Amino acid sequence: MGSTNSTLLKIPNVEVLMQETGFSPAHIIRLHDRFKALDKEGRGHLCPHDFGAIKELAMNPIGDRIIGAFFSPGKETVDFHTFVKILAHFRPVDKDRPKEPNSPEPINSRSNKLKFAFQLYDQDKDGKISRDELLQVLRAMLGMQVTDEQLESIADRTIQEADLDRDDTISFEEFRKSLEKINIDHKMSIRFLR
Amino acid sequence: SKLSSVFSLSLSLYPVIELNHHVISVVPESGLLIILGFILGGIVWGADKAQTFKLLPPTFFYYLLPQIILDASYFMPNKLFFSNLGSILIYAIFGTCWNAATVGLSLWGCYEAGVMGNLDIGLLQFLLFGSLIAAVDPVAVIAVFEEVHVNEVLFILVFGESLLNDGVTVVLYNVFDAFVALGGPRIDAEEIFKGIFSFVVVAFGGSFLGVVFAVLLSLLTRCTKHIQIIEAGFVFVVGYLAYLTADMLSLSAILSVTFCGICCQKYVNANMDEKSVTTVRHAMKVLANGSETMIFVFLGITAIDTEIWVWNTGFILLTLLFVFIYRIIGVFLLTWMLNKFRLVPIEVIDQVVMSYGGLRGAVAYGLAAMLDKDKIPEKNLIISTTLIVVYFTVILQGITMKPLVQWLKVKRAAHADLKLIEKLNNRAFDHILSAVEDICGRIGDNWWTRGWNRFEENYISWLLMKPKARKNRDYLFSIFHKLNLEDAVNYVSEGERQGSLAFIRSDEVANVDFKKQFGSEFTDVMPDIMVDMSNYELGIENFSVTSIVKDTIPSVSLDIHGKDRKNVADDINAHHLLQQHLYRSRKNHRHKFSRSHFSINQSEDEVQEIFQRTMRSRLESFKSAKMGVNPAKKITKHHKKDLTHKVKDFHDASFTWIAQLYKGSVTIKMNPVFLPAMDSPTHSSLPWLMETDAVAPSQRAQWRLLWTPNRLRRLAPMRVSTCSTDSFLMADLEEHEEKPQTDHEEEIFQSGPPKKHSCRKFH
Repeated sequence: MGSTNSTLLKIPNVEVLMQETGFSPAHIIRLHDRFKALDKEGRGHLCPHDFGAIKELAMNPIGDRIIGAFFSPGKETVDFHTFVKILAHFRPVDKDRPKEPNSPEPINSRSNKLKFAFQLYDQDKDGKISRDELLQVLRAMLGMQVTDEQLESIADRTIQEADLDRDDTISFEEFRKSLEKINIDHKMSIRFLR
Repeated sequence: SKLSSVFSLSLSLYPVIELNHHVISVVPESGLLIILGFILGGIVWGADKAQTFKLLPPTFFYYLLPQIILDASYFMPNKLFFSNLGSILIYAIFGTCWNAATVGLSLWGCYEAGVMGNLDIGLLQFLLFGSLIAAVDPVAVIAVFEEVHVNEVLFILVFGESLLNDGVTVVLYNVFDAFVALGGPRIDAEEIFKGIFSFVVVAFGGSFLGVVFAVLLSLLTRCTKHIQIIEAGFVFVVGYLAYLTADMLSLSAILSVTFCGICCQKYVNANMDEKSVTTVRHAMKVLANGSETMIFVFLGITAIDTEIWVWNTGFILLTLLFVFIYRIIGVFLLTWMLNKFRLVPIEVIDQVVMSYGGLRGAVAYGLAAMLDKDKIPEKNLIISTTLIVVYFTVILQGITMKPLVQWLKVKRAAHADLKLIEKLNNRAFDHILSAVEDICGRIGDNWWTRGWNRFEENYISWLLMKPKARKNRDYLFSIFHKLNLEDAVNYVSEGERQGSLAFIRSDEVANVDFKKQFGSEFTDVMPDIMVDMSNYELGIENFSVTSIVKDTIPSVSLDIHGKDRKNVADDINAHHLLQQHLYRSRKNHRHKFSRSHFSINQSEDEVQEIFQRTMRSRLESFKSAKMGVNPAKKITKHHKKDLTHKVKDFHDASFTWIAQLYKGSVTIKMNPVFLPAMDSPTHSSLPWLMETDAVAPSQRAQWRLLWTPNRLRRLAPMRVSTCSTDSFLMADLEEHEEKPQTDHEEEIFQSGPPKKHSCRKFH
């Protein structure tokens, strides 16, 4: 236990981090380990090409978008805190957490998970998924055999289904509504981050 | 000859069974084969009035079993196996011991209570029986789980357990056999201690021997460059040798073959010629399938033999009951303990399937048949009971396994009822999860695994893999390299053909985008279309003449009307398209071990496609960052740059990307090389992180930067493959009179284990 405590102490503001994210000390240490392993040059922060070096991500159709999600607009580095906070989105929902009325919503709440996913689609961060943005995602996730017309027709139908106020874009509320049936906790949680 | 006649008989009836898929999906193949065995046995019995076809233990253990185990271990998903090895070992060792002890003791207790009537049997013999009936059988497990698709962790736990418990079974069997021979009173602490010690020796000795043979096999395949035609045979010969040697030394033969297969797969597949690899795979499957078929048929045949049947209701029923119950209790107990330590706990549903999947099979029968009749008077009773247990588990549990699994699964919304956006998001979430898992390092990534990987790469692979294979072993890199060449060739040939650069998918002649072709002809009439066309460069010759002639203005209006009519069809079409063409996520294309096919090929193509697209888009964005050009916001593959830029940039950018992917101490400096000369502030390589109004340095300046002599030396090691001296590069380079030093890199590869300063390109 002594060694874990000392590792914890090396991380600045670790108490705040644990409280905000809900990770246990063991997880924080594991993530710190991983952060250091990714940060091969030992600079204390990560750059896009550090993520790019993870080979499996290159085999993920939306891997680059997810990498982008770690970097706030304009920023080109990720420090440990941001890294952990983003990963906290994927903690399984704590079922037995008491609902305190005044505390802010936990990072891994259903709504915040959905927001994370929404951001992946909404690249220009205007709060709406436009037809083009949807086309880009579809293009990334569908095989090359699908032609552009087919792609556009899928995009059109998708927007039709989800777009309730007929503005040809999908807002976050419409997005959330369309995914009511899906068990977000199950689909957007990594068990070993519990 | 008996063997071969049964073999040919059963194989010829095999296709008949296969024809009836409906039957297969209900009754597992193994069950059907046993029933077939009954029929065959009946025929033989009818003819000879005695069972002349018997499965003799030596036949089984020396001619039928080894290839099945070799097949199982050769195709074992290693990563999965080793990351769950701890749990597998716990189940194999403690689970089997628990089963053996409890079944044996309970039966003895019941015997003492008088339920079984009069039998000439003692505690030790019960324990012996317990030990042979305790082991979960790999053959039966593979056969049944083939039909039932369970998640990969569950599969590997049951499968791994069935392979590794042989060590325990053999030891227990031999120990109790020896005890029975000694007689009750002579057993004391010393003997028990010897028993435990023998377990250690047998199990670890067998595994170690397997590893030794794996090394031998890898070294052999490393040297077979000139005798490629027979290198496939070595796999089987050495595998079998591993089995026989272990058996000869009284070590666990199954463990030996298992570890031989597990350890050699990677090196053998890398070293051997592609055709040999395919040969080995197919031959393995043939042998394993054949053996398995024969085993089950024989199991059926041996039933039709009046000599062996001794019926003792109490014994048999109680055995069935205890085997079943103690399996369940054992699994749940052990899992409860394991879940405290596992990162990903094993769920209750999985535990139920695991307990239900504890099938006994031919190994148990073989061990029973090997019992000495003099020492164990009730041998026939034991054989009968073993057979009944085998039939029960394989046929009954096999049939009910699939319905059970389906019944237990959480009911998901029927696929067709999901809306498009739900389907899309479902898949997107899968991808997101895999990506985040990779970023977090997944479960198996820690200091130990990284250390082992480094050790393995530097020393073991150097020893056991051909140098050429080592170069190409990085699968991704070889795809990437292919991509480079392919694209460069494509760009040049397209450019030459048209005089401009229009990247057009040649298989799309049928589905012409009418906007594209209208752009040039109707610029006056439809100004809004022109806006889109600005990014396109048209090579009219590439469109089929007929389509241009046909699609004049009337088709525009047709299209508008057509939209309403086609609504319904569109809907179905869209769902169908999504279903067909969405890239599968890692969760979906599992590495399934299957007796009858290799399921790997499909996902490999997809992976390749995805990887190429990712690399392409990274390269494009990097290029456009350098050149200061806006990436087109629409989906387009058309670019405004001209050919020479493209080829050069491609090579520059590709080196950067190689550098970024495979950082070594040398290559870290690579990245800044490209940056200082650029006035553009962007050095991030992702499309959406770029600022697009950058000033592009002159093309000459960039080119100069890349090929100055100092830099070149650092660059040269990066170009790993000797094939990359493609003509474009050579042609371009002649201007600057620099030639890449290809011989330099050859030296690096052949001079023993790479030293630290020469770049570790692959990590």
